[in-house]
Amino acid sequence: MTGDQTYRRADGGAIDRSRPLSFQFDGRRYRGYQGDTLAAALLANGVRLVGRSFKYHRPRGILSAGPEEPNALVELRGGARREPNSRATVAELFDGLEARSQNRFPSLSFDVLALNGLLAPLFAAGFYYKTFMWPAAFWEKLYEPLIRRAAGLGRASGLPDPDRYEKATAFCDLLVIGAGPAGLAAALVAGRSGLRVILAEQDFALGGRLLSDRRWIDGRPAIDWVAGVVDELGTMTDVRVLTRTSVIGAYDSGTYAAVERVADHLAEPPPFQPRQRLWRIVARRSVLAAGAIERPLVFGDNDRPGVMLAGAVRGYLNRFAVRPGARAVVFANNDEGARTVADLAAAGVAVAALVDPRPEAAAETRRIVEAAGARLLRGAQVVRARGGTRLTAVELAGVAPGSGIDPVIPCDLLAMSGGWNPTVQLTSHHGGKPVWDATIAGFVPGTVPPGMVVVGAAAGHFILADDLAQGAQAGAAAAQALGVTAAPVPGFSADPETAAILPLWRVPGARGKSFIDFQNDVAVSDVALAEREGFRAVEHLKRYTTLGMATDQGKTANVNGLAVMAELTARSISETGTTTARPPFTPTALGALAGHHRGPDFRPTRLTPGHDWAAEQGARFIEAGAWMRAQAFPQAGDADLQATIDREVLAVRQAVGLCDVTTLGKIDLQGPDVAEFLDRIYINGWKTLAVGRVRYGVMLREDGFVQDDGTTARLGPDHYLMTTTTANAGSVFRHLEFCHQVLWPDLDLRFISVTEQWAQYALAGPRARDVLAGIVDPGFDLDNAAFPHLAATETRVCDGVPARLFRISFSGELAYEIAVPARYGDALARRLMRQGADHGITPYGLEALNILRLEKGHVAGAELNGQTTARDLGFERMMSTRKDYIGRVMARRPALLAPDRPCLVGLRPVAATATLSGGAHLIARGAVANAAADQGHVTSVGASATLGHWIGLGLLANGRARWGEIVRAVDPLRGQDTEVEIVSPLFYDPEGKRLHA
Amino acid sequence: MSGDCFSIFTLLRQAWTGQGGLKPMWREPEPKSAYDAVIVGGGGHGLATAYYLAKEHGMSNIAVLEKGWIGSGNVGRNTTIVRSNYLLPGNIPFYEHSLKLWEGLEQEINYNAMVSQRGVINLFHSDAQRDDHVRRGNAMRLHGVDAVLLDREGVRQRAPFLDFDHARFPIHGGLLQPRGGTVRHDAVAWGYARAADRRGVDIVQNCAVTGIRVEAGRVIGVETSRGLIRAPRVGLACAGNSSRVAAMAGLRLPIESHVLTAFVSEALKPLINTVITFGAGHFYISQSDKGGLVFGASIDGYNSYAQRGNLPTIEDSCEEAMALIPALGRLRLLRHWSGIMDMSMDGSPIIDRTPIAGLYLNAGWCIGGFKATPASGWCFAHLIARDTPHPVAAAYRLDRFATGHLLDEAGTGADVTMH
Ligand SMILES: Cc1cc2nc3c(=O)[nH]c(=O)nc-3n(C[C@H](O)[C@H](O)[C@H](O)COP(=O)(O)OP(=O)(O)OC[C@H]3O[C@@H](n4cnc5c(N)ncnc54)[C@H](O)[C@@H]3O)c2cc1C
Repeated sequence: MTGDQTYRRADGGAIDRSRPLSFQFDGRRYRGYQGDTLAAALLANGVRLVGRSFKYHRPRGILSAGPEEPNALVELRGGARREPNSRATVAELFDGLEARSQNRFPSLSFDVLALNGLLAPLFAAGFYYKTFMWPAAFWEKLYEPLIRRAAGLGRASGLPDPDRYEKATAFCDLLVIGAGPAGLAAALVAGRSGLRVILAEQDFALGGRLLSDRRWIDGRPAIDWVAGVVDELGTMTDVRVLTRTSVIGAYDSGTYAAVERVADHLAEPPPFQPRQRLWRIVARRSVLAAGAIERPLVFGDNDRPGVMLAGAVRGYLNRFAVRPGARAVVFANNDEGARTVADLAAAGVAVAALVDPRPEAAAETRRIVEAAGARLLRGAQVVRARGGTRLTAVELAGVAPGSGIDPVIPCDLLAMSGGWNPTVQLTSHHGGKPVWDATIAGFVPGTVPPGMVVVGAAAGHFILADDLAQGAQAGAAAAQALGVTAAPVPGFSADPETAAILPLWRVPGARGKSFIDFQNDVAVSDVALAEREGFRAVEHLKRYTTLGMATDQGKTANVNGLAVMAELTARSISETGTTTARPPFTPTALGALAGHHRGPDFRPTRLTPGHDWAAEQGARFIEAGAWMRAQAFPQAGDADLQATIDREVLAVRQAVGLCDVTTLGKIDLQGPDVAEFLDRIYINGWKTLAVGRVRYGVMLREDGFVQDDGTTARLGPDHYLMTTTTANAGSVFRHLEFCHQVLWPDLDLRFISVTEQWAQYALAGPRARDVLAGIVDPGFDLDNAAFPHLAATETRVCDGVPARLFRISFSGELAYEIAVPARYGDALARRLMRQGADHGITPYGLEALNILRLEKGHVAGAELNGQTTARDLGFERMMSTRKDYIGRVMARRPALLAPDRPCLVGLRPVAATATLSGGAHLIARGAVANAAADQGHVTSVGASATLGHWIGLGLLANGRARWGEIVRAVDPLRGQDTEVEIVSPLFYDPEGKRLHA
Repeated sequence: MSGDCFSIFTLLRQAWTGQGGLKPMWREPEPKSAYDAVIVGGGGHGLATAYYLAKEHGMSNIAVLEKGWIGSGNVGRNTTIVRSNYLLPGNIPFYEHSLKLWEGLEQEINYNAMVSQRGVINLFHSDAQRDDHVRRGNAMRLHGVDAVLLDREGVRQRAPFLDFDHARFPIHGGLLQPRGGTVRHDAVAWGYARAADRRGVDIVQNCAVTGIRVEAGRVIGVETSRGLIRAPRVGLACAGNSSRVAAMAGLRLPIESHVLTAFVSEALKPLINTVITFGAGHFYISQSDKGGLVFGASIDGYNSYAQRGNLPTIEDSCEEAMALIPALGRLRLLRHWSGIMDMSMDGSPIIDRTPIAGLYLNAGWCIGGFKATPASGWCFAHLIARDTPHPVAAAYRLDRFATGHLLDEAGTGADVTMH
């Protein structure tokens, strides 16, 4: 156990020393405190080597203290909760945390893949594209697997994620993104003005940079000011503060996506809590106060563990009370250098030198450096960092010869600052291009999404007092813009500071590899190579070198990279431009974006009112779109599923069967123009349909192909009920809405889907009437003359339950469909079963239903496949010539009338025992089975218990003229080749006597 | 003409001489005032067309005009899936020709586009869907294309991480095309550009076509942001911008423009070794050689030229991801981006002459034109050079919407959200 925290400061910081935590990294135990990040705790324990880079497997440490971290990526947690590529700089420490280094073999300190580094000259940018081509077959067999194994970073667990996620939607007047000084000031004034405010902060604490820097606001330490603001916000009921919440995307219409890490700071989510929550925030206005991200400096071997961003160094010192090193050098091209020297010295870290490439230094800087006992090396630069897994020294250039200063300074910490990049990513999500601002040497927002205002460091303003004022102004402006009287804008004072900078994009004369994109190992030499090979456009640079494509999306790398490209091509940085930032701003767990839509809850499950009844009958259920339908009702004596199906089919043919047909789409249409409407929708005529009658109809899409079929009943003079297939219930309804709202708004009718409102059963078989007689009102005449085939009525059943009764038949038997309000659905099924017991009533499922309809040659999904015309399916005579209807003109296109189009036929295997398979293709006897001989395909098949052999439907070129011909059903996928006879699709009772019985 | 032939020897030499000898992959020529032909659009299709025009038809006094940088359109935005698992006789030979060209591409253009034939599995979740896939697989087999029917266990062996136990729509099996796979998309644009450049083709970037000059029913050239460029033959290969560019010649295309979003996760060690498509949604996923999981799903569903997608579709896509692979929950989405899709009314492309003599159209690729890149270039070049369609692209006629010779693979009609 090494948890001695040698690098922890004795006091100070925002950690809770009364709550020690224990954690493991690569199997070793350490200690930290509540309030630490994993990175802070590792540094406190003197751990410097944390990861390996992507390509060269170079040893890497901790660069930053935030979400921009490119190097310190670890596998967090274990088992099914393993999270690869987790940034140690934002992972909150909890007791028992386990982390492992990744992308190394066999161990972090000794990684054989670091050999790649020796081959670096060959593995330069774009090397894949020019190599691995010889010999051709070796790519997939050898090179690609090797590359794939070496690439990638962490390992996925491969196990289902055990945690839950949820989604929430929130509406607000003002969304403030970032709770640094500017964001807090904005939220404060907006809140005081009475706006509904959401303040989102990715950190677990509010304050932004104020947590890391020793600053003063209004005469008191900045963190006290923060505490005061937080308290006041807490009293405002319309202000919601979301910590641990990253706003990841700006979408259209003021919609923002944010992810709240509800339980990532705990070992496991507490009971009933999600791990993370996705917020869809719809905001009338937004203030982007997301701060800025510091830039590394680009010099030789600048990736050595111990080379750290200066702002991060201050964060570790001040917020986490950790000394990231024992002896430091500070290298900065801007005024942050002096601040860093001061903080290091205050924390007791020896500071050897402040290296500043600028020729002049302010008096204040000189004073600070002197007080720290350090040297101020003006006009100097670090050209190389020394050390392997740990920084040991830096080499300098520009040190005046004869000054007596050794150009090699031993140190274990280099704090560097190349300036700051405003965090403008969210401003680009609508396509806005950031613009170059030479005074700060950074990109500032260009066109921003509608309703957004950018303030503070995110807008390129680095003076604290200004940031506070800007934030407050933005809060007030939001109120005014929304027509609310703004609360007064307070005046703020802060300790003085300067923010001068002299851009330094790469250190001239650097020795060793100068990295720009640490994680992806993109160095200055790669940018130079891209330039030579013509990849000068920034997007080409990015794609060719992978600059900015790592898990940090180039947050520390992009600007350095394109600035180097600008230098190499002698263009300005504005001319060179920048790549487009894409959501999400921070890598986001896919689980959060999916919410609870996974496993059985991926999509809603629709159950019919008779579901429980069917289950009690032993039904096997199967998915039918969103519905669960009974596939069959196996009984103890059935040998197998086929036996069950046979039994159910024969019961319908010989006695009576009961089938739940609730899932068919039902659309209730009312109004004087319904008949006209139906006339335009269906290919056949509707004006002659009498009240109390049902008619079968076929409708086409605009393009002339069949959309759906079904029956429509006329229940009253202005009242119709349409049924659709289960599969097309939604699309037909949408189609009707479109036709009514867009094409014929003048037609006087209304319609609504009532699929869910009515439970419906088919009662089919020679005994159907006998069963039905027991539940209709005593006076109701079920006689053939009184209620013939295709009759329909509204009536009552079971002593007063309102019902709709249709005499329609899909099975070809005497059959009725009875619909009752959904709440009676279960009871009706049970009552019919009781009523039919003496008649041998048998529940039947989808499989039997399918065989029954096949025997009658009725088309279903496989024939109504969207590629068939009414002619193809044998409905040509239904196509009215006396009226217009949707699809009529397009159905007359020459190719749709071609005589050799595949059309519906019946198929019967020549050998009585042969089986058929759906999806087989139809080929002439004796022909070679190839594409040229392909004449159609088998759509639906089944074993007909009624006929004692297999039957099928198919679509065959010129099929109607070929009855009696023998062709082959060829199924190369399953190695089948079966002779079949082309027959009429009407296999059973072709005269239709039974349904009129 | 620039660029040496890449061989292991030139690379080694470059490596240890500081890469100083490498030259631009393509020149940056000033556009000439006239060419024998110009191709509008420096995406995969335009660049491939130029290459094959030069290589197969000896036309090298030609130019590709690109409004931005080459590869800035859909060729650099797609999910990189290539396959030829089509159903209709008008489609299979074309896509199979494309797959064969992919198979020889690296040697052909001396550029490694990382053609990776790791197999494409289309899952099915019901008996009806199985029959549909069988019909398609059999059509492929009859055309001499590889297809294998997998049962549930066969799928499980290849992709054990799929949800086999708690799925809302259980996996019944899949149709596998072993020769399908992925190709590194940017490299396709660069490789064709470099190869075309070496044959003398001018690749002109930052050159937007702003008008199409027509005289007496013949095209005579294009107006561009860099001046008038004359050419007796003009080929449009503008993918998502097809409707806007064709409108410059007064043509109204049977195309709608829609947004499609692609996604990539953080890089991971190998997890998914094949390409998988979800049959109970519209989702497809593979893993890049860099380690990122690359996936996509449906178009957003409204007409747009804004190259960005919106949250409902993004959430929906991730829901499909989780429904299919529950292990994805803790893996992180790194980036999503979008392209504009040229959605044709039957889901199939158009490679044809137009009513204007000398003006040729290559468009309507919907969400699946990347796989078509080599064959599209091959056939479009043939059409431009000979003014007659190539046999494997003969079905891709512009007038098929009038004649009814539609190529509606999915049977969804003119509802582009379903293609
Ligand atoms: C997210 C997404 C995922 C996809 N996934 C796949 C997949 O997995 N498999 C697959 O096969 N296909 C896929 N596709 C489709 C495929 O990318 C496209 O169909 C194909 O790339 C289109 O051809 P292209 O490469 O020539 O297009 P593009 O690369 O878009 O080329 C068109 C070019 O024309 C240029 N242009 C436009 N207007 C003008 C003008 N006026 N002047 C000059 N130049 C102009 C554009 O700038 C552009 O560079 C996907 C597409 C997207 C967006």
